[in-house]
Amino acid sequence: MASGEIVRFQRVGMRYGLGAEVLHDISFRLQAGSFHFLTGPSGAGKSSLLRLMYLAHRPSRGLISLFGRDVATVPRREVPALRRRIGVVFQDFRLIEHLSAIENVALPLRVAGGREQQVHEHVAELLRWVGLEEQIHARPSVLSGGQQQRVAIARAVIGRPQLLLADEPTGNVDEAIALRLMRLFEELNKIGTTIVIATHNQSLMERFPYPVMRLKDGELVEGNDS
Amino acid sequence: MTLDIPLAGDAAARFLPWLIGFMVYLAAVGLALALLVIGAGEHWRAMAAGTATVQIAPLPNDGQDTREDRTTRALAMLRATPGIASAEAVPERQVLALLSPWIGSNADPAALPLPRVIDVTYQRGRPPDIRVLAANLTSIPGVTFDDHGTSLAQLTVLARTIERTALGTVALIFISMIVTIVFTTRTSLEIHRDVVEVLHLIGARDGYIARQFELQALFHGIKGGVAGLALAAATLIAVSTAAARIDAPLLPRLALSSREWIAVACVPVLAAIVAMIAARVTVLRTLAREA
Repeated sequence: MASGEIVRFQRVGMRYGLGAEVLHDISFRLQAGSFHFLTGPSGAGKSSLLRLMYLAHRPSRGLISLFGRDVATVPRREVPALRRRIGVVFQDFRLIEHLSAIENVALPLRVAGGREQQVHEHVAELLRWVGLEEQIHARPSVLSGGQQQRVAIARAVIGRPQLLLADEPTGNVDEAIALRLMRLFEELNKIGTTIVIATHNQSLMERFPYPVMRLKDGELVEGNDS
Repeated sequence: MTLDIPLAGDAAARFLPWLIGFMVYLAAVGLALALLVIGAGEHWRAMAAGTATVQIAPLPNDGQDTREDRTTRALAMLRATPGIASAEAVPERQVLALLSPWIGSNADPAALPLPRVIDVTYQRGRPPDIRVLAANLTSIPGVTFDDHGTSLAQLTVLARTIERTALGTVALIFISMIVTIVFTTRTSLEIHRDVVEVLHLIGARDGYIARQFELQALFHGIKGGVAGLALAAATLIAVSTAAARIDAPLLPRLALSSREWIAVACVPVLAAIVAMIAARVTVLRTLAREA
């Protein structure tokens, strides 16, 4: 592994079930503390690429290395520890409906065995920071799309992940909130978190001039290593 | 307590406590039956062990003196036998009293061909040689010897059969409960697949997810178990109250001792633990298979 390399994809292919390949020959490396946008038209494979990175799917071929470990050889019992180093903001938020905002955000700390008092304090503080101090005990069903998105982001960052993957994190919020969220991602990036943001938002990419990985028809046409 | 997986809203959450309640009721009553039968077996064995009965039947053209002669000979033979603690002829009026439900209280003993009966008690720890004793006694005309062995053996077989059937039924009830928990847990896992996936993706171990199902099963087990035990206790108290009104020396006590009550009270505890373990093992095995 090169020094500080967090993610390495080498000629990776991916398919769902027995279907056709949705990603072909993807090769790239992400250094620790880097910030990247992942973009491309709808159906280009952005979400699929993120799924591979957050270990929700196995590649059909090629090599994926996360934090210096070939994920194909990581024993099942060690996968949770690897996943705790990754924060994910899902495009559809995937909040747990019967839990309040604070309980949703606390989940990563609770599954990692965090002490309840500490968990509560940290989570409440983060929710205040993302502007949801009034909605701490609200359930996702009574929150707006933008508020749900901020809860999802708070859940992704609460565990101080080394790698943060966000699928359209600013898609449902107004510009002011989008900028505030980007500032949060930048803050995390400054303390060493590697960030990958999948987005369609061209103006966001222009405003924050970070390296871009561009997908088209399942191939990485910009930012490919090979 | 709020579980991360919304298991309390599942259909299984509504019927499972009822089902466990019924199963605990049946298992508790089954166990009580087994314990009562074990007690009855001991009661019968205690009644019959160490005793025998000798009957001297009247013979055709047998006068009173001759039957009394044969009784005296039998008594003498018994009292001279090593290992016999006592041998007493049952007074004729006592035999008549025992038979009064069938022959009435005004029966004339002289007009009835009644046998003489001798109650025999063996010495504790060194009983006589039964085969030699029986052979000697039956050499006297009209004498039959009953050491209660046959009836005791039959009662023992009956008691063991009932006891094993009752314990087998309890085991089957527990197996049915395990199968029910396995299927409801698998169904719940399927229903909450999305939440389980989210928990996995944020770093939850299989054990953390299994713990959620385990706690829910424990809760159902306690809820159903307490109700089932209360119902079983009411049934057992009603049975023992009804049995206490019957005056029959052969009928054993039908009331549980304190130790037996404790054993019955352990049924819901065991049911809750079994439910918890069944849920945990099901989740862990299902998740490992899907990985």
